[in-house]
Amino acid sequence: MRLSTLLLILTVMAIAAFMLGRRRSIQVAGGYGAIRTLHSLPKYYGYYVAIWCGVPGLLLFGLWLSFGDALIMGRVVASLPEQLRDLPDAQLSLVVNDIKNMAAGQFMNPQRGAEIAVAADLYNSLRVSARWILSGLIVALGLAGSGLAWTRLRPELRARNRVEGIVKLGLILASTVAILTTIGILLSVLFEAIRFFQKIPMTDFLFGLTWSPQTALRADQVGSSGSFGAIPLFTGTLLISAIAMLVAMPLGLMTAIFLSEYATPRVRAWVKPALEILAGVPTVVYGYFAALTVGPLLGDLGALLGLDVASESALGAGLVMGIMIIPFVSSLSDDVINAVPQAMRDGSYGLGATQSETIKHVVLPAALPGIVGGALLAVSRAIGETMIVVMAAGLAANLTANPLEAVTTVTVQIVTLLVGDQEFDSAKTLAAFALGLVLFIVTLLLNVVALRVVRKYREQYE
Amino acid sequence: MAATGPSSTETLERVRAGLAARYRRERRFRLFGAASAILGLLFVLMLFVSIFSNGYSAFWQTQVKLDIYFDPEVIDPGATGEPQVIGKANFDKVVRGALYDLFPDVSGRQERRDLKRLVSAGAGFELREQVLADPALVGQTRTLWLPADDEVDMLVKGYIDRDLPEASRRLKDRQIAWIDALAEKGLVERQFNAAFFTTGDSREPELAGIGGAIKGSFFMLVVTLILSFPLGVAAAVYLEEFAPKNRWVDLIEVNINNLAAVPSIVFGLLGLAVFINFFGLPRSAPVVGGLVLTLMTLPTVIIASRAAIKSVPPSVREAALGVGASAMQTVFHHVIPLAMPGMLTGAIIGMARALGESAPLLMIGMIAFIVEVPETPLDPATALPVQIYLWADSPERAFVERTSAAIIVLLAFLLVMNGLAIWMRKKFERRW
Amino acid sequence: MDTAEQAYDMTNIEKAETVPPRPDPGPEPAVVQFAPEAEPAEQEVAEERAEYDTIGDVTAKDAVMTVRDCNVFYGDNHALQHVNLDVGRNEVVALIGPSGCGKSTFIRCLNRMNDTIETARVTGEIRLHGDDINSRETDVVLLRARVGMVFQKPNPFPKSVYDNVAYGPKLHGLASNRTELDEIVERSLLRAGLWDEVKDRLDDPGTGLSGGQQQRLCIARTIAVDPEVILMDEPCSALDPIATAKIEDLIDELAQNYAIAIVTHSMQQAARVSQRTAYFHLGKLIEVDSTDKVFTNPGHRLTEDYVTGRFG
Repeated sequence: MRLSTLLLILTVMAIAAFMLGRRRSIQVAGGYGAIRTLHSLPKYYGYYVAIWCGVPGLLLFGLWLSFGDALIMGRVVASLPEQLRDLPDAQLSLVVNDIKNMAAGQFMNPQRGAEIAVAADLYNSLRVSARWILSGLIVALGLAGSGLAWTRLRPELRARNRVEGIVKLGLILASTVAILTTIGILLSVLFEAIRFFQKIPMTDFLFGLTWSPQTALRADQVGSSGSFGAIPLFTGTLLISAIAMLVAMPLGLMTAIFLSEYATPRVRAWVKPALEILAGVPTVVYGYFAALTVGPLLGDLGALLGLDVASESALGAGLVMGIMIIPFVSSLSDDVINAVPQAMRDGSYGLGATQSETIKHVVLPAALPGIVGGALLAVSRAIGETMIVVMAAGLAANLTANPLEAVTTVTVQIVTLLVGDQEFDSAKTLAAFALGLVLFIVTLLLNVVALRVVRKYREQYE
Repeated sequence: MAATGPSSTETLERVRAGLAARYRRERRFRLFGAASAILGLLFVLMLFVSIFSNGYSAFWQTQVKLDIYFDPEVIDPGATGEPQVIGKANFDKVVRGALYDLFPDVSGRQERRDLKRLVSAGAGFELREQVLADPALVGQTRTLWLPADDEVDMLVKGYIDRDLPEASRRLKDRQIAWIDALAEKGLVERQFNAAFFTTGDSREPELAGIGGAIKGSFFMLVVTLILSFPLGVAAAVYLEEFAPKNRWVDLIEVNINNLAAVPSIVFGLLGLAVFINFFGLPRSAPVVGGLVLTLMTLPTVIIASRAAIKSVPPSVREAALGVGASAMQTVFHHVIPLAMPGMLTGAIIGMARALGESAPLLMIGMIAFIVEVPETPLDPATALPVQIYLWADSPERAFVERTSAAIIVLLAFLLVMNGLAIWMRKKFERRW
Repeated sequence: MDTAEQAYDMTNIEKAETVPPRPDPGPEPAVVQFAPEAEPAEQEVAEERAEYDTIGDVTAKDAVMTVRDCNVFYGDNHALQHVNLDVGRNEVVALIGPSGCGKSTFIRCLNRMNDTIETARVTGEIRLHGDDINSRETDVVLLRARVGMVFQKPNPFPKSVYDNVAYGPKLHGLASNRTELDEIVERSLLRAGLWDEVKDRLDDPGTGLSGGQQQRLCIARTIAVDPEVILMDEPCSALDPIATAKIEDLIDELAQNYAIAIVTHSMQQAARVSQRTAYFHLGKLIEVDSTDKVFTNPGHRLTEDYVTGRFG
């Protein structure tokens, strides 16, 4: 039985349960005329029965979707011949992959073909029987649940309160998804990062000066171990982010000042949305723009000045990233500047200050905390930005502060390490998660501080 | 003017003395402001001009008109009519034959190979599809427009400099001469490139399209919308209407705000570790992409929905509660319907962001080279922005054009979605 | 002195360059506005004018500022209608009237603070020592240096006490060195009666003072620029009675040196601090006279209703 069919059956059952429950409630009340004796409207009794019919089955279904495959595979692995079963984890997972592929009829692995074919058959048959058992269980649960609820229907049953309680539980669960996501991110990244640090000492990673994660195929090759000193990545990230901020901060701030203090309403009505287009452009487009237009442009410009600009220079990536961040900085600054009370400006104008003097000496100092908060958020975006640097910055892990050279960043390396074929246990793959952990922690800290600063600032003028 | 007040002449003179310099500073500052805004606008302009000038031509594709003789000797020597036989036939030879007929004096092996290269490698597949659909074609002659090779396309569109030395361009002098000869006879034409919107990826630029990527993106957005909208609204309703003020709820709020600022690539790592490695979902599947994008857009949807719920005035709730509705009924009968336009607007903006996102999709393997157009959300697929990323790496000149064209399509989708959001906000905006 | 004069000349040259000279510098256009005899419907205008006649004497003995036929529009709303009023030397003029009567709007005309409101439009003739402040030659920065303003809510800048007071002098270049600036700050704080309370914490933020102290800081900030006229827009409405009393004493003292116009909601305050009182009603100036006269023997029924507390 296909899963979609199963869901359909469950839905039909729930609808039937709803109607039965509704009918029954009218019945126990003693006919249509006596509906007033019911605690709740009849439809709530219907919902009550339908929930008892559908929810247990759905829960079971969800559990099966999450863990069923692992259970079956456990049985299959247990049935494997000893020499396969006792393989180390990494190789065993390859075998498991082979079994799955063969079960899906995709391809044959010539090695150990026979054993795997047997296992694949077992896997398929287990899956089929498990589906049937699951379907039977779900239908049985639905029938039992709705039957139980049906017999319990009384006029004094507080059906609405029960139903609303369950709905509220659902709302609470929905609101915890965000927490679960954070925990999920933290656990998944932390778990793999710890495995990485078991292979490579943390100090080597955090303070090492060379990054070359290419592990050799054979142990006796030169440089087989790879080298995971992440300092060049950190400096590269910082260099590009710094260039981006140097572009975005003045431009974004001055644009915000111009739009909120100087521009006429008509100019503002046109320029603001036009600039917000920049915020809506996907980062992959910026990346392409950097690689296609800005990179060559900088190269030509450099040649004109007699400078040697790398085709994937930090400058190009940083410039384009800065352009991307301009609307972010400017809209945050705009909010912050508008939050400065007009009375403060009036005080300054009343003393005979010009507009720019008022802005420079009164508005900006008053808005400073908010602007700093916005800048921190912008830095966090720059550090975490991926596509622009993947497309426009290089892979070479140079330890340099020269913006005309190519550098690489944390995000670029995460992508490089994880794209393409990978075995899940190699230091190379795990290194990506260690980098991810660093990225997550740094951006999280920046965000927490920035959001707190901005919130404090808002409260000050509310 | 007589200085009659306590304000001495000296004070006034001093103020006056500084005025010129102060006004100069004022003008300078103002100029800086205007210049930054203009610079920003210039960037927008530059971005769009650069993309459009590179991309618009991809919506037309050079085609070559050939008299194709569906030679039974080549296609179905035994006259079996079996699809298996026809399917394996060498249709390239059929195309070649038509070309050789046009240029009978081309004889050398190398020359003939060059001649053959004028027409796309996909022309043979196209003919096979036609014959399989209509076996009666075998033995007949038809005049057909077939796609030209990408280099020919580039030459016709004027992207190849004819004055370059032969060695530094990818078309030889004699090939250019043949193309000119064809063009003179009216056998070369640029036609609207419908295939670009329907086909999947290909190594041959002239055959590559964004159909597969669009469908992949579509599946992903559907999954994202189905999951993130109800979840986001439910979470927002709880936080705004039912949540007590305690530390746990505070934690949830801080957490949502922080998640909105976590780099997207980190969500990709989560997807890889949890959905693929832990739950064993298939790599490259739009379902997984949709799940990851759901987690990513959820904070946006929650924040927008909360704002929408907040804007419903308390008087509405009091009125409903006053006639004896329960808190839940009040929310579902009054608050949610009134907040719906705002929540939908937030959802559309979240979807637009999800559509443009590519970094997390790279992590979960949606970067594979996939020719087939996906049929279900479980089939391997790629997404429009990822397709752009993939093509951006290809060296052929023709892929530059296609990449830019794909970007134009992506931007058009985003424009429509954001326009829809703005329109909805304008239409349903309510001042209480 | 030489250099100062040179600089002065320079500014004149600069101005001549930036502001195109008017073709006919003869009659002031604002005068034409004030005396629109040239209008065709002379009769009608005169009748309309009659409706806006103010009871009492609008002129002051030694006028610093003279306002004639001042109108303010916020968009389509005619917020202030045909107002004539003088502000004299060494006197306090109190502006009273119910909320929304235009008294704050009027006071904001006197140093062109209405410029900061985008929809506001001001017509009529407002002169400071004979110079029309709304004319194009008038420099608003210079005007505001001469006509200072204290606002309803104390609005110290987010700076130290010292910097709050030093802000104006620094802007206008009134002090050529630190010692002079220190002197100005001390003198202003002394005059505002705040020196003894803050002299030990000049570097603390101005926002950390109490409400009354903040308002006196704002007054100190205003007099640091050495203006001729001080405008006060309900300066005590956000303060407690003790702080109010202090400010009122201060206003009394300041009146010896400055021309002061004060908007107030409190009739007692008007009676206590002012020599003349002007009563506004729905954008019109109903009555102006000596404070004694207005409160004891008002000439207009509306004024009487207001001062006797029948509405307001």
